[in-house]
Amino acid sequence: MSEVRKMQQRIGLAPGGKTGDVLAQEIIQRFPQGVTVTKATLNRFYAQVDKGMLLKLANFMKEHQDFEHVTSVGGVDWLAEKKMQVVYHITSYANKVTAELVVDLPRDKPEVDSITPLWGGANWHERETWDMFGIVFIGHPKLERLLNPDGTEVFPFRKDFVSGRRV
Amino acid sequence: MDLRLAPNAIGMTSVEFMAWSTDLMEQLAKYTGIKKAVDKLTAPIWSWAIRNATVPLHFGIACCALEMAAASGPRFDAERLGMIYRSSPRQTEVLLVNGWVTAKLRPDLRRLYEQMAEPRWVVAMGECAISGGPWYDSHNTVQGVDTMMPVDVYIPGCPPRPEAMIDGFMKLHIKITKEMKGTFLDE
Amino acid sequence: MAEMWLNMGPQHPMTHGLWNLRVKVDGETITEAEPVIGYLHRGWEKLTENRKFAQIIPMADRLCYGASMSWSHLYCLTMENLLEVEVPERAKYIRTIVLEAQRIGSHLMWLAALGTDLGSYTVFLYPVRERELFLDLMQNLCGARMTYNYPRIGGVRNDVPANFERDFTRVLNHFEKRLPDYEALCDQSTVFRMRMEDIGYLSAEQAKNLGVTGPNLRGSGVDYDVRRDDPYEVYDQVDWKVCVEKTCDAYARYRVKMDEMRESCNIIRQCIKKMPKGAIRVKAPRTAPRGKTAWAHVEDPRGEGFMYVIGNGDDQPYRLKVRSPIFVTVSAAPAMLVGYKVADVPAIMGSVDMCLGETDR
Repeated sequence: MSEVRKMQQRIGLAPGGKTGDVLAQEIIQRFPQGVTVTKATLNRFYAQVDKGMLLKLANFMKEHQDFEHVTSVGGVDWLAEKKMQVVYHITSYANKVTAELVVDLPRDKPEVDSITPLWGGANWHERETWDMFGIVFIGHPKLERLLNPDGTEVFPFRKDFVSGRRV
Repeated sequence: MDLRLAPNAIGMTSVEFMAWSTDLMEQLAKYTGIKKAVDKLTAPIWSWAIRNATVPLHFGIACCALEMAAASGPRFDAERLGMIYRSSPRQTEVLLVNGWVTAKLRPDLRRLYEQMAEPRWVVAMGECAISGGPWYDSHNTVQGVDTMMPVDVYIPGCPPRPEAMIDGFMKLHIKITKEMKGTFLDE
Repeated sequence: MAEMWLNMGPQHPMTHGLWNLRVKVDGETITEAEPVIGYLHRGWEKLTENRKFAQIIPMADRLCYGASMSWSHLYCLTMENLLEVEVPERAKYIRTIVLEAQRIGSHLMWLAALGTDLGSYTVFLYPVRERELFLDLMQNLCGARMTYNYPRIGGVRNDVPANFERDFTRVLNHFEKRLPDYEALCDQSTVFRMRMEDIGYLSAEQAKNLGVTGPNLRGSGVDYDVRRDDPYEVYDQVDWKVCVEKTCDAYARYRVKMDEMRESCNIIRQCIKKMPKGAIRVKAPRTAPRGKTAWAHVEDPRGEGFMYVIGNGDDQPYRLKVRSPIFVTVSAAPAMLVGYKVADVPAIMGSVDMCLGETDR
C-alpha cells in the first residue's frame, strides 16, 4: 500500500493525530542529548536511549505525546559485546504510532529505571525480563520469579546458560 | 494360620485380633480353594464394571487438552464409553496427562497421582507426556511422565486426534480385562 | 472477619489451562488477587535460538493452541519483515481467510469453555459441534485439525483444495443461521445475564494503562483494532467494522466476541470473492545478518500479539521475543476481580478468554 494512501487513511482515522516523524522530531528537539532517533516513518519510529534518560523520555511520551499502551518490554543478552539491552515497544492509540526504544546496559551490572509507575502494562514484562535475564528494574513493585519456579538460582535466557535436559 | 492361638483370642488387643483373624481367613480361603473360585467368578464382572467407567480427572494441561475436550464433544462423544470427567482426584480412576510437565507442575502432579485411590491408571497422551516432545532441550520440562509415575497406556500424536485418544482408552479396557482382578484384589 | 488466601488452581475445572489464582477472601468477597503462572513454561524463546527458521513454524503453532495459525502466521510476518520478503497476493488472501476462520474457531472454543464455567453444558456442546465444521475445513486445507504448520516465510505451504469455496460457503451459511440460536441461548437466559452483567468492571483508562488489548479492550469502549489501525495482509482491502461495546463489564466482552464472529464471516466471504490467481509462495533468503532486527504485531483473537526478532548471521535467530496478549490481561486480573464474590471469578476469567500456552511460553 502506498505511503500516501496510508497517510490519507490514517489522517482520516485519527483526525488530530500526529505521524511518527513529527513525534520523532518533537523528541529530538526536547532531548538533544541521550536520545538518538535512528529511523522515523509515518507510523513508527526507532530510537536508541541512554539509560539515564529513559524515565524522562517515557514521561514525556506519556504526558505530551499520548502514548497510552506498552506493547512489550524485552531483554537481549549480547554476550560477545558484553552488554545487555532492554527493548521497549510503546504504542499510541491516539496517533496510531508504535515506538521502539533500545537501551544498552553493561552486562555486569544491568540496571535501569522501571516504567511500571507510568504504565501498569509493563509490570509483568519487566518482572519476566528480570526472571529470565537478571536485569534489575529500579522502582518495580515486585521483582520476583514469575515463570520459573520459586527458588531458581539461574537466569535461564542468558547466553552462558546452556539449556539441556535439566529435569 | 495359627490355630493354636485360638483359646487366647479373648486376651488379645483389638489390633492383634484383627491381624490374627484376617490372616486366618485369608489362609483358609486360599488353601481350601474358595479364593480361586470366587476370583474366577467375580473377576469378569468386576472388570466389566471397572472398564466401562474409566473416569478421568478434569485436568487439562496444554494442546492435547483441546483434543480431549473435542473428544467429549458431540462428534466423538467419549462419555458413552465411560469417560466422564470428575474434578476431585479421589473420585477418579484415570490420570490423563495431556501436555508437557514442567518443574513447577511436577510436585503437584505427583501429589494428584498419590491422592487417587486404587484402582488407578495413568494414560500419557501426546508426545510431550510420552517423552518430552518438541521441548527436548528445554530447561524446565520433564522428559516424559514415566520418569515420575508408572504409565499404563501411551497415546502418540502431536496432538493425537480424538479418535486416537478414544482408541487409547479402548486399549486400556483391554488391559483392564486382561488384569482381571477378582474380589481378593491382591495378585 | 478473618481473611484467608484461597488457591483456585492449578487443578480446577474453571482454569482453562494451568495457572493458580490466589484470592484473598473476606467471607465471600475478594479483597486481593494474585495470579501465579509458570506451570507451562518451557522457555520457548530460548528453544528457538537452537532451531532453524523453518523449524520454528510448528513450534509457534503450539504457543496458543486455540488459534494456532494466528501465531505461526505472526512468526512468518516477523520473519518476512526481517528478510524483506514480499508475499504474493493470493497467499495474503488465503492467509486472511484462514486467520478469520481461526478467529471463529477460537471464539467458539471460548464460548464452550464459558458455558462449562457457568454450568451450562448445552453452551459447551453447540459451539464444539460448529467448531468441528471449521476444523474440517482446515483439515481439507492442510491436513491437521489443530496445529497446522501451514504458513511459510514467503507465503503458505500449499494451494487451496478443490471445492474450497463451496465448502467454506456451505459452512458459513450453516454457521450464520445457527449463530442467533447461540446468542439467544445466552442472552435470553436470566441466569447467564445475571452472572455476567455488572461483573468484572474495567474502565477504559484502566484497560489502556494496564496493557489490556483485543476484545477485552473493545469491551471497555476503546476503539482500537490492529487490523484496521495498522493493517497487515488484506484487511485494508475488505470492508468490515470494528466491534466495540461501552459497558466495560464481562457481558460487554462476551458481546464483542459474538459480534466479531459475525464480522469474521463477512470478511471471509469478501476474501473468497476477491481472491486472485497466482503464486502462493516466494523463495525467502535463508540467513539474516547479525544484529538486524524486525518486529510485527497482529490482532490475535485474544488481543495484540507481537514478535520481535534479531538475526544471528546464520539461519537461526539470535533472540525471538514474544508478547502474548493474555500475559498482560492476566496481570490485570486483580483490577477486574477485587470487590466481587468468589462465585464471580469463573464468569470474569471466562469472559477474558485465557489461553495459558501463550502466557507461559
